[in-house]
Amino acid sequence: MTWSATARGAHQPDNTAFTQQRLPAWHPLLSASIALPLFFCAGLAFIGLGLGLYYSSNGIKELAYDYTGDPGTGNCSVCATAGQGRAPPPPCSCAWYFSLPELFQGPVYLYYELTNFYQNNRRYGVSRDDSQLSGLPSSLRHPVNECAPYQYSAAGLPIAPCGAIANSLFNDSFSLWHQRQPNGPYVEVPLDRTGIAWWTDYHVKFRNPPLVNGSLALAFRGTAPPPNWHRPVYELSPDPNNTGFINQDFVVWMRTAALPTFRKLYARIRQGNYSAGLPRGAYRVNITYNYPVRAFSGHKRLIFSSISWMGGKNPFLGIAYLLVGSLCIFVGFVMLVVYIRYQDQNEDEEDDE
Amino acid sequence: MFRRSFNRFCAGEEKRVGTRTVFVGNHPVSETEAYIAQKFCDNRIISSKYTLWNFLPKNLFEQFRRIANFYFLIIFLIQVTVDTPTSPITSGLPLFFVITVTAIKQGYEDWLRHRADNEVNKSTVYIIENAKRVKKESEKIKVGDIVEVQADETFPCDLILLSSCTVDGTCYVTTASLDGESNCKTHYAVRDTIELRTVESIDNLRAAIECEQPQSDLYKFVGRINIYSNSLEAVARSLGPENLLLKGATLKNTKKIYGVAVYTGMETKMALNYQGKSQKRSAVEKSINAFLIVYLFILLTKAAICTTLKYVWQSTPYNDEPWYNQKTQKERETWKVLKMFTDFLSFMVLFNFIIPVSMYVTVEMQKFLGSFFISWDNDFYDEEINEGALVNTSDLNEELGQVDYVFTDKTGTLTENSMEFIECCIDGHKYKGVAQETDGLSQTDGPLPYLDRADKNREELFLRALCLCHTVEVKPNDTVDGVTESSELTYMSSSPDEIALVKGAKKYGFTFVGVQNGYMRVENQRKEIEEYELLHTLNFDSVRRRMSVIVKTQSGDILLFCKGADSAVFPRVQNHEIDLIKVHVEHNAMEGYRTLCIAFKEIAPDDYERVNRQLIEAKMALQDREEKMEKVFDEIETDMHLIGATAVEDKLQDQAAETIEALHAAGLKVWVLTGDKMETAKSTCYACRLFQTNTELLELTTKTIEESERKEDRLHELLTEYRKKLLREFPKSTRSLKKAWTEHQEYGLIIDGSTLSLILNSSQDSGSNNYRSIFLQICMKCTAVLCCRMAPLQKAQIVRMVKNLKGSPITLSIGDGANDVSMILESHVGIGIKGKEGRQASRNSDYAVPKFKHLKKLLLAHGHLYYVRIAHLVQYFFYKPLYDAAYLTMYNICFTSLPILAYSLLEQHINIDTLTSDPRLYMKISGNAMLQLGPFLYWTFLAAFEGTVFFFGTYFLFQTTSLDENGKVYGNWTFGTIIFTILVFTVTLKLALDTRFWTWINHLVIWGSLAFYVFFSFFWGGIIWPFLKQQRMYFIFAQMLSSVSIWLTIILLIFVSLSPEMLRIVLRSVRRRKSES
Repeated sequence: MTWSATARGAHQPDNTAFTQQRLPAWHPLLSASIALPLFFCAGLAFIGLGLGLYYSSNGIKELAYDYTGDPGTGNCSVCATAGQGRAPPPPCSCAWYFSLPELFQGPVYLYYELTNFYQNNRRYGVSRDDSQLSGLPSSLRHPVNECAPYQYSAAGLPIAPCGAIANSLFNDSFSLWHQRQPNGPYVEVPLDRTGIAWWTDYHVKFRNPPLVNGSLALAFRGTAPPPNWHRPVYELSPDPNNTGFINQDFVVWMRTAALPTFRKLYARIRQGNYSAGLPRGAYRVNITYNYPVRAFSGHKRLIFSSISWMGGKNPFLGIAYLLVGSLCIFVGFVMLVVYIRYQDQNEDEEDDE
Repeated sequence: MFRRSFNRFCAGEEKRVGTRTVFVGNHPVSETEAYIAQKFCDNRIISSKYTLWNFLPKNLFEQFRRIANFYFLIIFLIQVTVDTPTSPITSGLPLFFVITVTAIKQGYEDWLRHRADNEVNKSTVYIIENAKRVKKESEKIKVGDIVEVQADETFPCDLILLSSCTVDGTCYVTTASLDGESNCKTHYAVRDTIELRTVESIDNLRAAIECEQPQSDLYKFVGRINIYSNSLEAVARSLGPENLLLKGATLKNTKKIYGVAVYTGMETKMALNYQGKSQKRSAVEKSINAFLIVYLFILLTKAAICTTLKYVWQSTPYNDEPWYNQKTQKERETWKVLKMFTDFLSFMVLFNFIIPVSMYVTVEMQKFLGSFFISWDNDFYDEEINEGALVNTSDLNEELGQVDYVFTDKTGTLTENSMEFIECCIDGHKYKGVAQETDGLSQTDGPLPYLDRADKNREELFLRALCLCHTVEVKPNDTVDGVTESSELTYMSSSPDEIALVKGAKKYGFTFVGVQNGYMRVENQRKEIEEYELLHTLNFDSVRRRMSVIVKTQSGDILLFCKGADSAVFPRVQNHEIDLIKVHVEHNAMEGYRTLCIAFKEIAPDDYERVNRQLIEAKMALQDREEKMEKVFDEIETDMHLIGATAVEDKLQDQAAETIEALHAAGLKVWVLTGDKMETAKSTCYACRLFQTNTELLELTTKTIEESERKEDRLHELLTEYRKKLLREFPKSTRSLKKAWTEHQEYGLIIDGSTLSLILNSSQDSGSNNYRSIFLQICMKCTAVLCCRMAPLQKAQIVRMVKNLKGSPITLSIGDGANDVSMILESHVGIGIKGKEGRQASRNSDYAVPKFKHLKKLLLAHGHLYYVRIAHLVQYFFYKPLYDAAYLTMYNICFTSLPILAYSLLEQHINIDTLTSDPRLYMKISGNAMLQLGPFLYWTFLAAFEGTVFFFGTYFLFQTTSLDENGKVYGNWTFGTIIFTILVFTVTLKLALDTRFWTWINHLVIWGSLAFYVFFSFFWGGIIWPFLKQQRMYFIFAQMLSSVSIWLTIILLIFVSLSPEMLRIVLRSVRRRKSES
């Protein structure tokens, strides 16, 4: 700019490497002789990784059951038809029977899966009040506008927790029963319902409002539960560390999913005899069927899954690595051919000269 | 003189639009006549655009005229009014930033202009008021004021000369800053006012001047002065251009003059020739705008498709309003069409990130910072004026790499505007170089075969002729600083050639000492003073192209010396003498020197008596004095003896020829536009190798045209003839022109101002457009065009004409004087030379360099680099492909802008030295080659490919229960963060792949920005931010990095998306190696 001349006045410009654009520089050239080995190495590494991933993914067991209750698919269909089109639907229970011929290697995790449920819908996704959920009393009384139409109840009371996400909390519940001997009694398998949410969510992001006279219920006085809830938020669980906003089911639900088909962790099976996995035998899952999904043609599934170092069963990563690795090697070969061809031509030309 | 014929030519071009009456000294001429004060504008020059008050609205308005700014404003407004997924801050903040930065920059530039204006407007002048000399600021001058101007001052406004300190009421003026002619011109006062040489007497003058309304032609003025003496009868005298002193011209060799202001301020001829400064836009910016429109179209389509899809999806009721996500009452009640429209708008806002607002910030920054490199460049530093290059506009850096046409001024640009005596030839013997004093006429360097010496008498005669045949005046050395310094004497002349000749003679021992009492005194080689009585002089003019003096020696002989162009002298000398000298003259002309032939004749006393009588008679004549004298001289100037010839070099600027050659090799077309005479200009063109010796010249000048009766017919004839000739030569389209130049005969066109105006302005005829197009066709096929005798506005006209050619080529103008300002402003890129002719040019230019030769590096190196840099920058920005507000904002600004900024400032894909030495490389990027559809599509598809890879890669990754070994699940924000991380890394690494010039800054910025991204993500996710409504990013990033699968996915996807680019680079290097060997 002009002032560069005026400020410097009549002085000669600085003769530095920077101003003269003569900074020392490194000129890397991605030549074929570097790129070819790179491609081969990358290809081999990718194939190796891919094989590892593929096998560890294959080693993961999954057991799934669709309990939506489409007509003729089991005893949940009764509940499905009963709850059709009503919100909240009447409580109903059904069961899923299955048997394991061998040990289901643990640790085993119990997930529920919903399909066609758009937790990533924008209007839905913003319909929450994070400061209310972090226990701020003022936000408890005055939920943010994003929560509408679940901001204030019909009676004009602020809804806690407000918003569409909280209102649609998944409220089916499951219990697992194991029959060790044929025709023997079903023993309840302990489900660990804690530690299913992110540590940071459970300990930092979600906080109950300060207790009033040592009572959580009093702290929530003057608020209304979300319209679809049967009970207020402070009664979600008898365990004081798992009730209110820090109820782990609630916290898990509030971490909205990315895709319309999603799974959420329900429980971990890791206690007593079941820490090594589910032993062989017959099992029954008692399902309290509350959550209506037929209204949006969704499905509900229940999944037992084991977990490896790379997470759940997902052949994609392994296959992708294998594919990319082999492509790399293929491209490497093609380039090698091209490279040699050019090289030969050059030599020919040099010979001609 | 020549100008007269020129004026005659132009007369009638423009109609006189009314007249104005000016009362000298603002005194009413008589009591009887009512004094009506006419309103004239004041003498203020305004070149600035804004005032303090209108700056904000005007600047904002101008900024929002830019498509992009306007677009972002709209987006911002949409975001404010409509419920959208992203917060208005994301687009508002960058927009605000851009606007503010630009406004500050433009404000600052305008402030500089204000300061420059003030410098002119506040300069002191002396005005005669009530018989007193009053000191005033220049801007206070009113029309009618009597102004006193001293030697070497510039005229503050257009003045009618009333009187000067000389007896004959003349003054000398140089108009170098107006038309580039540096010689002195004589202006005359009206006879009746010559005597008014004192403050008191001039104040008593009662006169009224009637003259035409202001118009821009510098060489035209028509007026009449009515002088009221004591008797009430008015004496009317006509006024012409020779009475008018133009603002901007400088008074020379005259102590002081009095003049009356007729045109002031913005009405002066200089100001009228000055064109308003408009904002220049570079071709790259046009490309950006074009891309922008494409993207805007994509955006609209995308938004439309999405809206449609949304409503298709929502047509099933459970999708529209599932029980878990009910609408508010208000939402249900909104009118459907309005809803659709707002949906459309919010989709648009959502996707608006494909058009990056930060690109404009970055482009601005790149340009701004990049321009420093020009002013920092040591190669542009000139020791003489102790200054480097100056950058006035930073918008056009990359345009320097796109130039197709170069328009250059001659005087002061190509040439240094100082003449030097090179060699002479006496009777066919050549003398060159510096002679030794003792030897007198000794020569010389160069083993020429005929270096023997001519007869001693002839030598002396020749040198005496040089010493006598001129109009040089001698000034003692102390007055003027070093213009034409010599040991004791300073020569002043209206023509630098003459000074060069006199100085040349001095070198050989004959010194012209001065004129005393009508005797010219010459000191000869023996240090004796010879005195010659100067009897008659006929000045040089460009029609006769020669000058003559008649002197009487001490011994009483009467001699006539004549010097002139070869074509004027040869027919008037005895034939046998010509041949020997002709060889030299032609040889010298080839070299680009100006040659003059010297001849003499002894006049018998009887003859002289007769001639003397005739001459005195002619001098007494009131009308056509000059013509009559010419006639007498014509009669005497016959049968002269040719003594020799001289060669004077109009010294070219250092490396001007090399620069022109390099520009030619780079495929640029160089036009020379000058106000100078055709002959001079032509010889310069030869000297700087614009015309080669084998160039065939096509002339369209007054000389070629005036021969015939009807000029226009003749013009038409010539035009068609030339066109035919050229078309035969280049049957193919102009595309192959560059190639054709090397193979075919080269053509050069010479045209002068009057012919040009004939071509451009003969609009009354039906065939005028025809002329124009024919002329353009001819121009485009010539390698070089020389336009001489151009008025400043005509220069601009030519530039505009070329600018509007098909394909709208990029033009660059370079010049040093005020006469080049309009041309500089008109062209796409204007370059000013910080020369001797004042600073107007460099003030109004976009760039200013000290010398013409710097143009080479400026264009070939800087221009090239900036173009490549900015092209890459722009493509990169369009390539960069939604998410958290802070991330989105940060994405463009922080994570990915700095590396590209560093890249765009530092990249040198080819070494600067290579660029300067190989001008052909310039051709590769001409025509905006890097911002055409092809590369654009490549980048767009690359971006689309990568977008697909990112999304589906992550999508498939999420088809699982858990990604973690503890079985916990990840939400949609993790999904987004993964994609975003991959994106940032890919985009930055891609840049790393493209960078071929890794300085430590590049390293720092590229790796630094990746590190910063990671750091920022931790930081942003690591704290509950109290001011945010939603804590959705909380701990996402840290949690994400704890998953091995995500790590693996990120690596894989980055690799996949980079591999096409890697392949491309490898293939290119293989190919390059092949072409190298």
